[in-house]
Amino acid sequence: MDTNISFTLKVWRQKGPNEKGHFDTFEMKDIPGDTSFLEMLDILNEQLIEDGKEPFVFDHDCREGICGMCSLYINGHPHGPAQGATTCQLYMRRFHDGDVITVEPWRSAAFPVIRDCMVDRSAFDKIIAAGGYTSVRTGQAQDANAILIPKDAADEAMDCATCIGCGACVAACKNGSAMLFVSSKVSQLALLPQGRPEAAKRAKAMVMKMEELGFGNCTNTRACEAECPKNESIANIARLNREFIKAKLAD
Amino acid sequence: MANQIDSRIPEGPLAEKWTNYKAHQKLVNPANKRKLDIIVVGTGLAGASAAASLGEMGFHVINFCIQDSPRRAHSIAAQGGINAAKNYQNDGDSVYRLFYDTIKGGDYRAREANVYRLAEVSANIIDQCVAQGVPFAREYGGMLANRSFGGVQVCRTFYAKGQTGQQLLLGAYSSLMKEVNNGTVELHTRTEVEDIVVIDGRCRGVIAKNLVTGKLERYGAHAVCLATGGYGNTYFLSTNAMGCNCTAAVQAYRKGAYFANPCFVQIHPTCIPVHGDKQSKLTLMSESLRNDGRIWVPKNLEDAKKLQRGEIKGRDIPEEDRDYYLERRYPAFGNLVPRDVASRAAKERTDAGYGVNNTGLAVFLDFSEAFQRLGRKRVDERYGNLFDMYQEITDVDPHENPMMIFPAIHYTMGGLWVDYELQTSIKGLFALGECNFSDHGANRLGASALMQGLSDGYFVIPYTMQNYLSDQIQVPHIDTKAPEFDAAEKAVQAEIDRIYNIKGDESVDHIHKKLYHIMWDYVGMARNEAGLKKALAMLKDIRKEFNEHVRIPGDKEGLNVELDKAIHLRDFITMGELIAYDALERKESCGGHFREESQTEEGEAKRDDENFMYVACWQYQGSDEVAPTLLKEPLDYQYIKVQVRNYKK
Repeated sequence: MDTNISFTLKVWRQKGPNEKGHFDTFEMKDIPGDTSFLEMLDILNEQLIEDGKEPFVFDHDCREGICGMCSLYINGHPHGPAQGATTCQLYMRRFHDGDVITVEPWRSAAFPVIRDCMVDRSAFDKIIAAGGYTSVRTGQAQDANAILIPKDAADEAMDCATCIGCGACVAACKNGSAMLFVSSKVSQLALLPQGRPEAAKRAKAMVMKMEELGFGNCTNTRACEAECPKNESIANIARLNREFIKAKLAD
Repeated sequence: MANQIDSRIPEGPLAEKWTNYKAHQKLVNPANKRKLDIIVVGTGLAGASAAASLGEMGFHVINFCIQDSPRRAHSIAAQGGINAAKNYQNDGDSVYRLFYDTIKGGDYRAREANVYRLAEVSANIIDQCVAQGVPFAREYGGMLANRSFGGVQVCRTFYAKGQTGQQLLLGAYSSLMKEVNNGTVELHTRTEVEDIVVIDGRCRGVIAKNLVTGKLERYGAHAVCLATGGYGNTYFLSTNAMGCNCTAAVQAYRKGAYFANPCFVQIHPTCIPVHGDKQSKLTLMSESLRNDGRIWVPKNLEDAKKLQRGEIKGRDIPEEDRDYYLERRYPAFGNLVPRDVASRAAKERTDAGYGVNNTGLAVFLDFSEAFQRLGRKRVDERYGNLFDMYQEITDVDPHENPMMIFPAIHYTMGGLWVDYELQTSIKGLFALGECNFSDHGANRLGASALMQGLSDGYFVIPYTMQNYLSDQIQVPHIDTKAPEFDAAEKAVQAEIDRIYNIKGDESVDHIHKKLYHIMWDYVGMARNEAGLKKALAMLKDIRKEFNEHVRIPGDKEGLNVELDKAIHLRDFITMGELIAYDALERKESCGGHFREESQTEEGEAKRDDENFMYVACWQYQGSDEVAPTLLKEPLDYQYIKVQVRNYKK
């Protein structure tokens, strides 16, 4: 049975991208353990509104771990202490009475703060636009079973495709690299016959775009893999590098 | 007659209608497509697939989403799968059978021609998605795998683990971003459409709010497509995402678009029960769990009371004292009856006092028999990720104790009325996906929402849009300085000012939760005349409370999340009234709509085809305070024999 806990909550407040930010501290009392982390923030916001103050702003939407919208950096970890879970899938029973819980935004040059812990991740869309697709037109595609795909390849592609584009990998990386995100998409499509014709070209275009947008380089610290809520593997990064070299050789 | 409803179904036999339409529709040549602007609102399965396809054809597309990226739209959360009449399993499936199952599942309240077209293009959807690189589940031979779903007798559901919606949406999103890169689609994220603009009887643009700057912006186009999803969040607690809202659709209704069958709301039987008053949303447990899980409550009221008091656990109740009520009532389909039937049966048991959690509002979904039959490993292979999710949320291990589930609002079959071309009753305004009403009748079958969204976006609107635009090629780009844009923007700004300046003492969520209680208690799983009338009176009070007491902190300019939520709530209240009016008028029980006055002696839903075989189209009467007027589109079944839906034998 869940018990109630009381704790100190420090949340990052920042009015806009160019404003100076600070922490606000709140004492949270008797929060039930079966409250999700975001519901706990809802409780805080209800209180703030009642007091006539501005609510704390953060991104969230589906609240079931799939949309990739929620993005809080909690006690030094993107999405908090739980493994393989997004912020919205984190429950207060993970914390203890008397804890100090610190909430910050994703911090990366490529993700400017919009307000408080809401950041602008449109750079990810730009990377996908640079090549994260197969160039297939809508219309009369050939019969789906005309391309046989070994189950292992399909399953592995599915694992790569599980990435939710939340940006935790970038937030976790001391270099602010987006390599895990880019390599997951490159790998998904490189593993499937439909994606092969453009595999090398795609890898090059997406990496070039990533660099252009101010993301850092990968130095194999594996922090991204450890923090990814969907357990994406850095084996994807090796695959991306292979495709990238192929593209370079072809130049 | 001025108010005649014309669904514009093409001539000819059912199976040839769509082919005939395509053969005779008008086209727009490539040079002219470049000159035509199309607005698409929303980037879910329907919106993204439509924007990508229209852009690729050469139109100039302006696409909006409220999230920070098109990839976040709530289609992403669909778990189970997508139906298609491929007959890869050689189990007797066909276009006709998918059509038949969908009409029957919808309790004979959907249009034959639309549903037949849906079944017809379903196979193309799978082809299209595979070509995009969607990693559907496969068999060892490399062929695509299928699973079965509720309410049908064939195996036609394609899936990608429990994340089919995610994979299909990412496929559509990648096509969309390809077109953004090609310059044919202009994308606006964190932007919400607040109103449509009608000029000389045609929809010519929208007023949108940039959610970051708070500024209103004008966009003109030759046609507008709404793909903004359903109105489930009217009920506050639902499986919808927090941002899902019906503001654009309700504004279109206020501007004259008919709203069809609003009372057809789907209540999904397998959600995690409500756990406290701080809860923000409900989490769905995939319908696929019902393939191996057995649903039960105790036979003895005394056992139920002990469960409610926490004195015993589900596993303590011996087999002979368990009531597997779905298997008892519906021997032929058992735990796999359609969603509406399963939800009502759960309500019937918990109303009688047999609920199994502390609130008495839950039933068991038990895998102990499956563990014995298949072994824990094989069961975990199928549902392991769902078990983990359940345990994370509830702190209960489904291997040790049966899961607890309860019905929750999930999907809305009703929506903006559209004709065969997906055009609303306002010329040039189209509605796609869950936003329209067209294909699911009174109850949607599992794995059919994804099919319909992609069918509308990839395979229907690219044709019908050309037919509409063919005589618009001489119309220049729409001038957003036109007086109609001035008036629309002024009205939106006036509403924002009004709501912001109420400066009351209650938060948006506080009032929304009150709306939830009215809707759930009186316009929920079971409805009756007295309750609906009471609800309508209470909804008037809620609007008054909103207008006098809502409090919006922060600045009116710039980003203000509470202000945006308040605008949504204003429209949820109007939507709640529409649902109640429609439920009151439809005195039969049908699909997701159950009127207590209309049931058999055994408590099953009793349809009334003689009096209610029509699409209810509601027309706005100039003010939210005035009751809307009902128009009827009769449903004429020429190819299907209308029967009583029976899942007992």
